[in-house]
Amino acid sequence: MNHTLIYASFLTPLIGGALLLLLRKNENIRDAVSIITATALFGIVLCLYPTILAGNTPSVTLAEPIKGLGLTFTVEPLGLLFATVASGLWILTTIYAIGYMRGANEPNQSRFFLCFAISIAAAIGIAFAGNLLTLFVFYEMLTLATYPLVTHKGNEDARRGGKLYLGILMCTSIGLLLFAVLWTFQLSGTLDFRAGGILQGNVSPTVALILMTLFAFGTGKAALMPFHRWLPAAMVAPTPVSALLHAVAVVKAGVFTILKVVIYIFGIDLVAETGAGNIALWVATFTLVAASIIALTKDNLKARLAYSTVGQLSYVVVGAMLANAAGIVGAAMQIATHAMGKITLFFCAGAIYVATKKTEISDMRGLGYKMPFTFGAFFIGAVSIIGLPPMAGSWAKWHLMMGSIDASQWVIVAALLLSSLLNIAYLIPVAARAFYMSPEQTVNPGRAVIEEAPLFCVVPLCLTAAGCILLFIFGDALDHLIGLIPLTRAAP
Amino acid sequence: MIEQLPAIQLLLTLLAAPICSMLRNGDQSWRLATIVSWASVAIAGALLHQVWGGGNDISYHMGGWPPPWGIEVVVDELTAIVLLLVTLFGALVMTALRESLSTIMRHQRQSLYYTSFLLCMASLIGITLTGDAFNVFVFLEISSLATYTLIARGRDRRALTAAFRYLIMGTIGATFILIAIGFMYMLTGTLNMADLAERLPEHRDSRVLHASFAFFTVGIALKIALFPLHYWLPNAYTYAPKATTAFLAATATKVSLYVMIRFVFDVYGVEFSFQQMQLGTLLVPLSLAGILIASLTAIFQSDAKRLLAWSSVAQLGYMSLGVGLLNLNGLTASITHMFNHAMMKAGLFLALATMIYRVQSSQLTSLAGIGRTMPLTTGAFTVLGIGLIGVPFTAGFISKWYLITGALDKGWLPVAVLLIISSLMAIVYIGKMIDVMYFKPAPEEFSNVREAPMSMLIPCWIFALLTLYFGLDTRITAGLAGRVAANLLGAS
Repeated sequence: MNHTLIYASFLTPLIGGALLLLLRKNENIRDAVSIITATALFGIVLCLYPTILAGNTPSVTLAEPIKGLGLTFTVEPLGLLFATVASGLWILTTIYAIGYMRGANEPNQSRFFLCFAISIAAAIGIAFAGNLLTLFVFYEMLTLATYPLVTHKGNEDARRGGKLYLGILMCTSIGLLLFAVLWTFQLSGTLDFRAGGILQGNVSPTVALILMTLFAFGTGKAALMPFHRWLPAAMVAPTPVSALLHAVAVVKAGVFTILKVVIYIFGIDLVAETGAGNIALWVATFTLVAASIIALTKDNLKARLAYSTVGQLSYVVVGAMLANAAGIVGAAMQIATHAMGKITLFFCAGAIYVATKKTEISDMRGLGYKMPFTFGAFFIGAVSIIGLPPMAGSWAKWHLMMGSIDASQWVIVAALLLSSLLNIAYLIPVAARAFYMSPEQTVNPGRAVIEEAPLFCVVPLCLTAAGCILLFIFGDALDHLIGLIPLTRAAP
Repeated sequence: MIEQLPAIQLLLTLLAAPICSMLRNGDQSWRLATIVSWASVAIAGALLHQVWGGGNDISYHMGGWPPPWGIEVVVDELTAIVLLLVTLFGALVMTALRESLSTIMRHQRQSLYYTSFLLCMASLIGITLTGDAFNVFVFLEISSLATYTLIARGRDRRALTAAFRYLIMGTIGATFILIAIGFMYMLTGTLNMADLAERLPEHRDSRVLHASFAFFTVGIALKIALFPLHYWLPNAYTYAPKATTAFLAATATKVSLYVMIRFVFDVYGVEFSFQQMQLGTLLVPLSLAGILIASLTAIFQSDAKRLLAWSSVAQLGYMSLGVGLLNLNGLTASITHMFNHAMMKAGLFLALATMIYRVQSSQLTSLAGIGRTMPLTTGAFTVLGIGLIGVPFTAGFISKWYLITGALDKGWLPVAVLLIISSLMAIVYIGKMIDVMYFKPAPEEFSNVREAPMSMLIPCWIFALLTLYFGLDTRITAGLAGRVAANLLGAS
C-alpha cells in the first residue's frame, strides 16, 4: 500500500504532464487536468501521513546499479513536510497560474504547465529521496525542468537570466555537491540517509569541516552568498514560477538538502562536536543580514522579494548548522512557514502586475484602495515573514532564537534580531505606501473603485494569507510532525 | 554446431561481404547485410551466454590444428562483450543505413558500400576473436582498408583528405604494431598469444622486447586516438558519410582499445607493462590532457559532428585513464565505458545523422529549433546526451562513477577533481547543442522539415532506451567488467 503511494506520488505529476500535453488543444480541459493532478497529488501525500505518524519510514528501491547505491525512495517526517508544502501550494499556484497566464496573455502555455508538472515531480523526488545520489538526480532534474520556465518570455533579458540561473546552479551542484557526495561515499561506503548520520567515526574534524562547507556551497539552491545571484536573475520568469519555484520548490529543495545532510548524513551530534558547520554558519549569518540590506535598496518589487528570500533561506541554514534540537525544529518550521508567507507575497506581486502592469514599488502609492484584498494579504504575508505573532513565521523565528541561545551564539542572536528589524524596514513600507499614501493622479477623488486582478488570482492569495494565520494556530501539529524526525542514532 | 559458433561468427560477415558486392541491387544487398549482421548479434549473444560467469572460456582451433601451430580462437567474457558491442551496434546502424544512404548515393553504388561495411565489421570481429598476434595485424589492416573506403565515400570533397590522413596515420600505426609483433616472434618463435604470454617473461630484460613494447604502445595509441595522436579522428568522423560515423565511433576505437588491453595485460603481462615499462606514467597524464583539451575544443565547435568527434577523443581518454590507474575500479570503468560509450556515441551520431537526413547540414545554426520540427529524434538525442554527460542512473554515470572511485582509491584527489571538471565541460558542449535544438528559432528554410522515417527513428530510440536501461541494470556491463578486470589484474 505504502509502496504504491510512493510510486504514485512521483508518477502523478508526470502522468498529469503527459495528459495535459495530449489535451493541449482545448485549454479549458488542459487546465482542468492541471488542477485535478495537483489535487490528486496532494491527496496522495496526505495518505502517507498515518504511516509516518505511527513512526514508520516506508522505503522502496527501484534499481541498484552499483552495489550499495540504488534509486531509492524513503518517506520520513522532514521529507513528508516538504512534499506536503510543495504539493499543497501547487494546487493554489495552478489556479493562480491559470488566471495569471490567461490574464497576461502569455504564449506557450502548454509547455509552461508541462514543465511545471515535471518540476513538481522532481520536488517530490527530492522530498522522498532515500539516499544522497537519488536526491542529487532529482535536484538536477529540478534545475533543468525549471530552466524553460525561467526563460519563458524568450527575450534577451530572459535568456541572460536563464544562463546565469543554469550556470550557477549547475556549476555549484556538479563542481561542489557531486564532489562532496563522492567523497562521502568514499569515506563511509554508503549514501543512505540514516538516523544519526553515516559519517560518525569516519571523518576527522578538518575533513568534516571541508565536507560540510562543500555541501553548503554546493547546494546552490540554498542561495548562500556568493552563490545567490541566480535567484534575483530567475525573477525574469512569470510570477507564478517565481511564487512556487523560487519561493517554495526550488529554494526549499536547497535548504531541505542541507537539512537532510546535517541530520541524516552528518548527524547533529557530529556537527556539534566537530564544529563542522562553522564556516557555513557564519556565511549564512552574513548572508541573512547582507541580503536584507540589499533588499532595502531594490525598488522592483520582485527583486526585493528575491533578496528577501535569499535572506530567509539563510535562516534555515543557520538553524541546521546550530546543530541542536531547537535549531533543527526552527529550520524545519521555517521551510513550511516561509513558503506560506513568501508565496503570498509573490502572488500579490503578480496580481498587481496583472491588474495594473506595475512592477516598481514607488509606483504603487495608494493602490491599496483599488486592490484591498491583495494588499491586505500582502500585509499578512509580510508580518509572517518578519516573524510577528499571530502569524506562522513567528514559530520558526522563535525556535531559531532558542536554538542560538542554546548554542550560546550571541552574535547570531543579535544578527537574527537585526535581520527582523530590516525585514520590517523593507516589507512594511510596501503595504504602508499602498494604504496611507494618496495615488499620484486622482482622477476621481471620491471613493476608489475596486479593480482587483481576476478572481483566479485573488482567491489563491487570500487562501495562502489565511494559511499564514492557520499555521500559527495549528503550530502544534507542525511541531508534532517535526518532533518525529530522528535526531540521534536509534538504540541498537 | 554450438562448438562451431566462434568460426561462424567470423565467417558469416566475412563471406557475406563478397556476395553483397555481387548483388547489383542496393536494396537487396542491404537486406542481406542487415540479416547477416543481426544473425551475428544472435551468435554473439549465444557466445556471451556460454562464457557468462567466467571460468568457461572457449578455445576453438581453426581447421582442427592445435595451438601453437594452428590458429586459435579464444572467447572469454571480455571477448564476448566486445563482440556483442561490435555486432549489436553495427547491426543497429546497418538497419538505419538504407534511408540514410538513399540521399547521397546512386542505387548501384550502394551494394559496394554495404560490402565495405560488412568487411569492416568482419575484420573487427576477427581482431576480437583471434588468439594469434599476427592475425590481429591482418585483421587490423583489413579493417583499416575498409574504413578508408567508408570515410572517403562522404559527399564532401574534404572526406578524401580526411580519409588520406587516416590512411597515413593508420598505416603508421599498423606498421608499428607489425614491428612489435615481429620482435616478439624473433624472441620467442611463436605468435600464439597464450604461448607468447608464457615465454615473454624470460626475455623481460631483453632490449628487443622493450623496443617491441615501445612500438606497440605508439602504434596502438594511434589507433585508439590517444592524445596527442588523435589528429586523424575529428576529420575522419566529421566527413564520413552520415550513419557511417555512428558505426566507426562505436566500434573502431573500442576494438583497438580491446587489443591494447589484451596485449598489455595478457601478452606482455601486467608486471612488465606497468612496473618495468611504466605504462601508467605515460597513460595517466596523456589521458588527462586529452580529456581536458578535447573537451575544451568540443565546446568551441560550431559543427555538431565535429563537436561529437572531439567529445569522442575526450571519452577515449576516460578509457585509457582507467587502464592507466591499474586498479580494479579503474579497469572496470574502462571496460564498462568501452561498452557504454560505444552505445551512447553511436546513438548520438545516428540521431544526428537522422537530423542531417532532413536538413542536409551538420552546422549548429541549421539544427536550430529542430526540437520542434523533429521532436522524436531530438528527444532521443537529448536522452543520449544526458547519458554522455553522466547523469546518475544513465549508462554514462556508471562508468564515470567507477573511474572516479578508482582515482580516489589511488588517493589521487586532483585526478578526481579534473574528472568532475571534465564532466562540467561535457554539460557545456552537450547543453549547447540541446539549447540550440530546443530554444533557438528554426531558420526559415527548415521550418517545415518533417520527422524522420521510422527505419531511422527506431534504431535511435533503441540506443536511447539502452542508455537508460544500462544505467539501471549493470549486470552485463559493470558486473562483467568487474570480473574481467579482477581476472586481468589477478593474472599478474
